[in-house]
Amino acid sequence: MSAAAGGTGQLPSLLQLSWGRTVVELKQFWRNPSQVFFTFLLPVLFLVIFSSVFGNEEVEGPPGEPPLNFKNYFIPGIIAAGVMSTTFANLAVSVSMEQSVGMLKRLSGTPLPREAYFIGKMGMVVAVTSIQTAIMLGVGKAFFGVELPTDAFHWAVFGWVFVLGTVSCSALGIAYTRLIPNGDAASAVVQPPYLILQFISGVFFRYAEIPGWMQAVGAVFPLKWMAQGMRYAFTPDWLGQEEYGGWDLPQVAMMLGAWSVAGFVLAVVFFRWNRGSGS
Amino acid sequence: MSNGPVVEVTGLRKSYGALEALAGIDLAIEPGEVFALLGPNGAGKTTCVEILEGYRRRTGGEASVLGVDPDRGERRWRARIGIVLQTTTAFDHLTVDEVVAHVGSFYPNPLPARRVVDMVGLTEKRSSRCGSLSGGQKRRVEVALGFVGDPELIFLDEPTTGLDPGGRRQLWEVVEQFTALKKTVVLTTHYLDEAEALAGRVGVIVAGALVEVAPPRELGGRERALARVTFARRGRLAGAALPDLPGATLEGDMVTVPTGTPTAIVGLLSAWAAAHGEPELPALTVTRPSLEDIYLEMVGPAGHRDDGVPQ
Ligand SMILES: Nc1ncnc2c1ncn2[C@@H]1O[C@H](COP(=O)(O)OP(=O)(O)OP(=O)(O)O)[C@@H](O)[C@H]1O
Ligand SMILES: [Mg+2]
Repeated sequence: MSAAAGGTGQLPSLLQLSWGRTVVELKQFWRNPSQVFFTFLLPVLFLVIFSSVFGNEEVEGPPGEPPLNFKNYFIPGIIAAGVMSTTFANLAVSVSMEQSVGMLKRLSGTPLPREAYFIGKMGMVVAVTSIQTAIMLGVGKAFFGVELPTDAFHWAVFGWVFVLGTVSCSALGIAYTRLIPNGDAASAVVQPPYLILQFISGVFFRYAEIPGWMQAVGAVFPLKWMAQGMRYAFTPDWLGQEEYGGWDLPQVAMMLGAWSVAGFVLAVVFFRWNRGSGS
Repeated sequence: MSNGPVVEVTGLRKSYGALEALAGIDLAIEPGEVFALLGPNGAGKTTCVEILEGYRRRTGGEASVLGVDPDRGERRWRARIGIVLQTTTAFDHLTVDEVVAHVGSFYPNPLPARRVVDMVGLTEKRSSRCGSLSGGQKRRVEVALGFVGDPELIFLDEPTTGLDPGGRRQLWEVVEQFTALKKTVVLTTHYLDEAEALAGRVGVIVAGALVEVAPPRELGGRERALARVTFARRGRLAGAALPDLPGATLEGDMVTVPTGTPTAIVGLLSAWAAAHGEPELPALTVTRPSLEDIYLEMVGPAGHRDDGVPQ
């Protein structure tokens, strides 16, 4: 033990700490085989089931346009739902678990700033969702004949929708932990919003075919906008017209951007850092 | 830093609803001191320590830790204190080395993780996942996390609970090395030998009140307390009439004599025994009350203040 404690040393920077947290989060993720398995396999399973059930269905286009293979309709939806699952659901559950086993208490008693904890979680889910999405795209293309976007602009849109969707859903997942009373209740409390949103955001059912009031509810939350933006990258423009009355990318960006900012604010306001049981 | 106390609290109160967990505590702990808080389960030790660590908000009173109000401790302040919580946290998927190095990386001047792992006796387990460790080994990890940031002040809430005797001794050594550097330790424990071995002063909390603060050997007037001489009235002594022994009690053939002058009493008794043809007093013991005896008397059977605390 050195005699000069707290002397010359500088506190580590937020960047260093966030990087360190991200590495540790990823280690913890990879060393939990069942988590790895379900995170990567479940969306692929959805893909397989949907492809088998609806594999040969087509969406009729307007006169003069070739029909759209239904697979290209649902894969962006499944990718969007997968992102929400590994960000919102996974983070809400894992943060509240860490809260209930005392890991947050332990960390918050050190000079680690809470921002580094947040960023580490985000870094982890960005890496994991990227891999998950790449697997789905690869499997979809290789085995189910999904057509990937062909030009840079469509890829770019897919890219920013993916990033904004990941950021907004992660932040909301962390904020949502405030509603979870303890680790045991976590998945029961997290599943409802996530499941319901999948049904009313155009993931499992065609958005244009669900009742108007459900559409309106779905349109409040990010999942609908993420699915819409990703669908832009995978389907022709007439589908956007039919489905959403036009792609309206500026509004997609605005909604996801607004949720990212709101999510951060909510996470900072609601997240209980450095509070023991008897605060 | 300044020369003032490292920890200073006045009138510290904490209520949980109707329960008054801390009923006005006054305390000052000086640099380089090892201060032990003793008290029965539920007395308020953890509550007190966690208020000082900034985990819980006090209901009333003043508190200052390293010159800072713990409710307003910033990162710089956190970097100067080490915390070992009463409940052990499991970082199940990380190895011992990884978790110690990771937590160390939050501090400006961490100790080398390997050295801290050796210090707490986990050398053989350094590459094992924390989830696979035994209860006592997990406890050692928790202790390592408290020391790895090389703090000026460390809070140890029942650090040795669950440790084997070797592990306890090892931790005592770590604490001694730590205080040799003029660093300060606030310790809670249920082990009186631990308090006696480590602490310069002991504070006894009973039902939220600090009933006494004293060096272990002076606690509860222990220095002045009566010694007890006991022996058995056996063999040739069985029928013999006892000499005059004020306050002596009989239980079966055992005689107990409380006395301020045990040497004189033993002299008197050996002469009496010799006179009856017994060169040795059977089963002779001379005891002074242990810290435990004094402590148990202070806290009473149920640990309530009104159960007979000597004043
Ligand atoms: N978060 C809380 N909410 C309500 N009551 C609490 C809370 N934490 C502690 N208490 C109560 O406050 C009292 C003091 O508890 P505390 O944990 O400080 O005791 P302790 O001296 O550390 O006991 P032990 O030796 O068992 O660790 C107890 O009666 C306990 O039930
Ligand atoms: Mg306690």
